[in-house]
Amino acid sequence: MTDPLTIRFPSVTFDTATGSYVLPLSIALEVANYLRDDAAYRLDMATNVAGVDWLPQVIKKKVKTSVTNAEGVVEQVESEVSENKPGLMEVVYHLISVEKRKGPLVIRLQTTRENPVVPSLTPVWRGCEFQEREAFDLYGIVFEGHPDLRRIFMWDEFKDFPMRKDYVESDDYEYEPTPHDAVLEKAQKHYPNQT
Amino acid sequence: MNNQPDPTVLESPGGPRAYTVTPSDEGLQTLEISLGPQHPSTHGVFRMDIVVDGETVIKLKPVFGYLHRNHEKIAESTTWLGTMPYTDRLDYFCSMSNNWGYALAVEKLAGIQVPERAEYLRVIMAELTRIVNHTCLVGFFINDLGAWGTPLLYAFREREKILDLFEAASGARMMCNYMRFGGCRVDVPAGWLDQARKIVDEYPAFLDEFEKLICGNEIIMARTQGVGTLSPALAVNSSMTGPMLRASGVAYDLRKHAPYGIYSQFDFRIPLGDVGDCYDRYFIRLLEMRESLKILKQALDKIPEGPVSADIKIRNFKPAAGEAYSRIESPKGELGFYVISDGSTRPHRYHVRGPSFVNLTVLEDMCLGQKIADAVVILGSIDIVLGEVDR
Repeated sequence: MTDPLTIRFPSVTFDTATGSYVLPLSIALEVANYLRDDAAYRLDMATNVAGVDWLPQVIKKKVKTSVTNAEGVVEQVESEVSENKPGLMEVVYHLISVEKRKGPLVIRLQTTRENPVVPSLTPVWRGCEFQEREAFDLYGIVFEGHPDLRRIFMWDEFKDFPMRKDYVESDDYEYEPTPHDAVLEKAQKHYPNQT
Repeated sequence: MNNQPDPTVLESPGGPRAYTVTPSDEGLQTLEISLGPQHPSTHGVFRMDIVVDGETVIKLKPVFGYLHRNHEKIAESTTWLGTMPYTDRLDYFCSMSNNWGYALAVEKLAGIQVPERAEYLRVIMAELTRIVNHTCLVGFFINDLGAWGTPLLYAFREREKILDLFEAASGARMMCNYMRFGGCRVDVPAGWLDQARKIVDEYPAFLDEFEKLICGNEIIMARTQGVGTLSPALAVNSSMTGPMLRASGVAYDLRKHAPYGIYSQFDFRIPLGDVGDCYDRYFIRLLEMRESLKILKQALDKIPEGPVSADIKIRNFKPAAGEAYSRIESPKGELGFYVISDGSTRPHRYHVRGPSFVNLTVLEDMCLGQKIADAVVILGSIDIVLGEVDR
């Protein structure tokens, strides 16, 4: 891929599978400013911001290797290779140009699941303000430099982040006078002393 | 509360309070007012944390989430099609547009072609939805201004005629659940198109009457002109879309500038405001309704016969791994659906970009320096639906 963005910033990579640019976190703000202001792009609106959670995966592949056995005959041996794909927390921005009527161009910021911190792009596009708060609220992604990073949907005292893939729902969210079936099972697990 | 201690739990860096008085405010006679969530002009359960000096708004923070049910999580734990009826509940005035937006995203993802008659039906339904939404908005807006009830019921009377059409086509007035991946669920019943034509022909008379009664009204002009002005630069930078953006004079309509469906075949204009105040935002909706009627007329004349749904296997529906983002011009602005498939029967990621949610970004900017009574008018002119804001 050769285009003005990857020429100007060689560390920006184009992901062909998703058709999006992956930005290194250290220069994300600089790239964002460039995309907004440069005459080739003029992406003046960040229309959509979404957090995405990828759990760590073990991908199992069958690999065929040719091995020469003791008798000197070449044999095809099939073995299973497992590859560990680390977990990932992503923020995906869809940028459009109202001026040039183009877009969307997709950029991704990738960070770890354990310590998800990315630079906030709200100083570049005001429209990210609420949507970044949403990603913080539901995924726990911290946007550094965001002017007002608070929970937006869940109440302030709420812990945990419900949109994460490993989120386990609390089991006291509803009150049933006579619990039965699945609710009873959950209630007994949670309150073992009560019958 | 939660028995799942998470080592990565983070406290909100901004602190729990929406607003605290800073030392620079001393000397001002400030008063903090919590407007809502139970307040008739907040269109549901929406709260504004307002700080006033006298009657002038000096700070305003919107607070919402009272209707939050984590729509996205629910969608990610059900099948692809299972989410379709749930999209009705996002913006419950515009269930047809929501259906279309979601169907479009999945069609993009799975590469499904839609038959021509279904495309026409979709345009017809979406434009009728726009008329329903704008009629209601105008009624509610005048309601917020203090014309209690009567104009709203005039608007509801007209809206009900279109809801009858929806009921005849889909079985439900508001929660239509009408569209499917690759088309529409059923064809419209016999005589439906004639009925629709009749309503489209009669509608301008209602609009004329409404305009005559309201647009020149002195109180309405005094309360809305020059109130809550939004500059084009800020509107673009804050991702305003739909009538909010166009009232500020920015010509950007997805039906025209990023056409989806068969919108490129229709002849219509984009109304623009030139001041960007509440009056423009209100008036632009009346103009848009007339343009929608124009599109409807063309669509009803040209609609071909044929199947209304592509032949796809809907049970055990598994789009190939990948991602897609669809954008449609819903009556309130750009409605986006961002979906990621991992090749299974459930979406890996399903995200809704709700226009009324994003349009709230500039609420504070528009209200600063205005009177507190105007904050209600400005909120009314944004046109929010809490089902979509809170999701």
